Amino acid sequence: MFKSLAVPEFLAKIDQIKCIKCKRCIQNCGWSVYAWGGDKVLIDTFKCVKCLRCYHYCPEEAITIEDNPVKYRSNANWGFYNIRNIKRQAETGGIPLTGMGSDMPYPVLFDSLLIDACQVTNPSIDPLREPMELRTYLGKKPAKLEFENGPDGKPKLKTKMPPQIKLEAPFIFAPMSYGSISLNAQKTIAIAAKELGIVMNTGEGGLHEDIYPYRSNIIVQVASGRFGVNPDYLNAGVAVEIKIGQGAKPGIGGHLPGEKIPLDIAKTRMIPVGTDAISPAPQHDIYSIEDLRQLIFAIKEATNYTKPVSVKIAAVHNVAAIASGIVRAGADIVYIDGFRGGTGAAPSIIRDHLGIPIEHALAAVDERLRQEGIRNEASIIAAGGIRSCADAAKAIALGADAVALATSALITMGCTVCGKCYTGNCSWGITTQRPELTVRLDPEVYAERLINLIHAWSHELKEILGALGVNAIESLRGSRERLRGIGLDSQTLDILGVKPVGR
Amino acid sequence: MSHNFHKDISGCGLAGIINKDGKRISGSSISKSLCLMNDRGNGLGAGYAAYGIYPEYKELYAFHIMYDEPACQRDTEEYLKKNYRIEKKEPMPTAPVESITISPMIWRYFVKPLSEKAERDAADLRDDDFVVRTVMKINSEIGGAYVFSSGKNMGAFKGVGMPGEIARFFRIEEYEGYIWTGHTRFPTNTPGWWGGAHPFTLLDWSIVHNGEISSYGINKRYLEMYGYKLTLLTDTEVVTYLFDLLVRKHGLDVLTACTALASPFWKNIDDLQEDEKNAMTALRMVYASALMNGPFSILFGHSKGLVGFNDRIKLRPLVAATKGKTVYMASEESAIREICPSPEKIWAPRAGEPVIAELEG
Amino acid sequence: MQVIDAKGIYYRDLNQKVREAVAKGEKEVLLKNVNGQYYIGDGLNGESTITIEGVPGNDLAAFMDGPTLIVKDNAQDNISNTMNSGKVIIHGNAGDVLGYGMRGGKLHIRGNVGYRVGIHMKGYKKQAPVIIAGGKAGDFFGEYMAGGILILLNLDGEKDSRPTVGDYAGTGMHGGVIFIRGEVDKKLCGAEVGITDPDEEDIKLLKEHLTDYCKDFNLNIDEIMKGSFKKLTPASLRPYGNLYAY
Ligand code: SF4
Ligand code: SF4
Repeated sequence: MFKSLAVPEFLAKIDQIKCIKCKRCIQNCGWSVYAWGGDKVLIDTFKCVKCLRCYHYCPEEAITIEDNPVKYRSNANWGFYNIRNIKRQAETGGIPLTGMGSDMPYPVLFDSLLIDACQVTNPSIDPLREPMELRTYLGKKPAKLEFENGPDGKPKLKTKMPPQIKLEAPFIFAPMSYGSISLNAQKTIAIAAKELGIVMNTGEGGLHEDIYPYRSNIIVQVASGRFGVNPDYLNAGVAVEIKIGQGAKPGIGGHLPGEKIPLDIAKTRMIPVGTDAISPAPQHDIYSIEDLRQLIFAIKEATNYTKPVSVKIAAVHNVAAIASGIVRAGADIVYIDGFRGGTGAAPSIIRDHLGIPIEHALAAVDERLRQEGIRNEASIIAAGGIRSCADAAKAIALGADAVALATSALITMGCTVCGKCYTGNCSWGITTQRPELTVRLDPEVYAERLINLIHAWSHELKEILGALGVNAIESLRGSRERLRGIGLDSQTLDILGVKPVGR
Repeated sequence: MSHNFHKDISGCGLAGIINKDGKRISGSSISKSLCLMNDRGNGLGAGYAAYGIYPEYKELYAFHIMYDEPACQRDTEEYLKKNYRIEKKEPMPTAPVESITISPMIWRYFVKPLSEKAERDAADLRDDDFVVRTVMKINSEIGGAYVFSSGKNMGAFKGVGMPGEIARFFRIEEYEGYIWTGHTRFPTNTPGWWGGAHPFTLLDWSIVHNGEISSYGINKRYLEMYGYKLTLLTDTEVVTYLFDLLVRKHGLDVLTACTALASPFWKNIDDLQEDEKNAMTALRMVYASALMNGPFSILFGHSKGLVGFNDRIKLRPLVAATKGKTVYMASEESAIREICPSPEKIWAPRAGEPVIAELEG
Repeated sequence: MQVIDAKGIYYRDLNQKVREAVAKGEKEVLLKNVNGQYYIGDGLNGESTITIEGVPGNDLAAFMDGPTLIVKDNAQDNISNTMNSGKVIIHGNAGDVLGYGMRGGKLHIRGNVGYRVGIHMKGYKKQAPVIIAGGKAGDFFGEYMAGGILILLNLDGEKDSRPTVGDYAGTGMHGGVIFIRGEVDKKLCGAEVGITDPDEEDIKLLKEHLTDYCKDFNLNIDEIMKGSFKKLTPASLRPYGNLYAY
């Protein structure tokens, strides 16, 4: 009898000559691919997800993980995953789940955008020797300022400034709840955010007491499940975010099954141990834009107008109009999550087919807010598929005030984007709550790597600014004149508001 | 399509003079000063702005308009007649200059907006706003017509040629002003268009500018959000409108506006006393998209004064000098010495630190 | 001595005359009524001394290799650009970007200097370029400095509230040495710079160069040496070793 007609994706192989039978692979694999057979390691390759934990921990380099050559007969129309998903659905009658961002080969417009550089008419600036500023403030800005003369004759601000989030670089860590990721992963991010002078976001899972010390670098999230939300929580961080949707699963709620709700998560989410943590698809107090306004101001009241309120939405077709409504409803920050954004768990049907990419969404929103003369009323955070500093720089040039990173942050902790987060077995201790796996992630150690990443991206961003001949990030922000599209049709160029290369 | 434009790039030399006591002097000095820097230009553009030159019409807006052909003039005047009382209309007095073989038709008008006209009723506009709207309308909608000066008791004179040639062409030695600015230009493309020369003006604002604003893209989009139409695609246009927005519409004083446009670095702001720090932090936050980044030095003239300033890391030169009630500013010290051989004080302003000279009394 | 009246003469004609005089073997040339002419002394070699009355234009002594230029008044930007040897003496103030890539010779300025002075000066073999300014300096003093000696004296004391040296002093410095008379605020120095007190050797070196400087301007060396100096040197020859990934 066969195990499954869904052919395994990967073949895990051990070179028996090299193997010293130390059994580290058995301990390390979160998916139980390996077992001890008395005289050698046995392999159940059906379970392998190619997370490569075993490969890195094998002292003898005895392990190889190959793409299974016995896929199906190649067929340009019926791809491997089409066939495999049908087999899986035939076997289970269920919806195939996925984790991480979509891996479908949709065009990535970031890869079709090129950045300008200075030659002769304006000088490039040396970012290593001359000042180069990345500091960014997120929040509502008045259209103009009024000053009066202070007692010392120096100008004194008369206009009252709305609250702002101060970032030392235009990067933030995207919301990932305790529950979807481990507490150690959250701590790693919190340590890094504090050290870097940027912010992280609790996600919708409440705020664990271990994260409290980092509160001046935290945005707390309020989602449809309202987990862990009370007045203390609202006031705990530097800002509050209302989550409407997520790029990977627009229009879809969340479901953390009861078996994944141990005591600690239950406490943080303020729900009983073992009950399902369900985030309804919509916020049931928001069926329309005026309801959003009501919630925004309920939060502003609860926080005495001291915290910017952010609204996070998935990028969908009508995103520009939606964003405009959000700004008019009083949000200080609009967080737009493109459809390539990551997730702990989402039905592949949703993740791979709903929503629009961040590039188009961001360009449309920024332009719309400008046309309506309200771009200053809110900052824009772009998220969902920022893979490199180049993507970040292009997003900023398209109009983002800051970009949010999730997957790239997890990659610094060992994640290989295997996409199996929803199983709760992450061997790297990131998207799992199994204590034997989460202990692997030492926050102090991994925070260092995450800090390195942001430092490296900051250096890269400064190099780009220098080549552009500017020394402050605000001179790149929204400066689409410094972008050109390569191989894009004129309609896409128009949506992006950029000229084609050569013009 | 607002993104699909070709930006104009140029390098340059500039000079400015103000008599703080309001004493009016002929345009020959500024021309002499500018001619010394001929090598900073390439003959593809030069120009002057002067304040105090039309005392007999000082309550009226003086429009200087260039036309490519009579039809443009007809359309423009039709529009003007509907909306303005035209007190006087005449061809711009010019003199033949051998090297200037082609020039547009240039006319000037002294006008006053008609308050009761429909165009105006729609929006409750003040005279200045209405004039701005007129300028934008003619420049963007009437092809071949271009308003290059629209202030009161001031005017711009500019075209394609070396500074000396343009001065002779417009007979600027016959005008007397208390503020003069001048510019010689080195465009890297060859538009050969008279309107592209500096100064760029709007109402009483006039800008001459040297360098390249690398943040042009976002400065332009920022201004567009406030309804400015950037038809010329030059940095100078951007600078003029930024001043118009910050000073005229937002009511910032000139020093604060300059500080917003060439702001101090965060490292220096963080070191300030609390009140000033808050003020500067807010200024940078709110006017982030107005920050002019990249190499520039600028002379900004208005009816009450002259301001010179340069970029935040001083990538373009600027020298200032004083003698008696007169303040001089130029790209090079020698350009000042040419008309003021022994100034009382001569100095190079620091990066982003404006030199503000205002009329007395 | 040959006297040339530069009044109203275009720089090309003026510099042609200067080149001809020097080619003839003229040891002393006096340029009267100079104002704004570019490139005086540009690419010139030999031993002549050229005295300039008035304010010379930009790129004075660019690529110069040997002669001495004496400017009686102020001078403008880009002096001693990539100069190889010789001497430039300026009795007034001077502008921005002085001694860019200067490989040898001396630039003595009595007054203040502008931004980016001594930028990317370099020593090569036995050559060590020297710039000495008697007043204060703007920002980016000694930027990217790779060799040679920069000395800033602030002789005229606190005429204004500005510090002796501007912000970002020695930023990107990876060779050479800067001496500044008076105190130096660490906050105004580039990250790559170390500040120390000069040792005996340094004082000897300073005295040697300053003696020559004092001769040019008729100043008292002992007075100047009474002030204390700070020495700025690069903290590392490779300040950016950690910047790049493997
Ligand atoms: S980790 Fe490597 S060496 Fe150890 S048992 Fe597994 S395959 Fe063998
Ligand atoms: S977090 Fe873990 S399970 Fe999820 S993609 Fe990364 S390695 Fe795989």
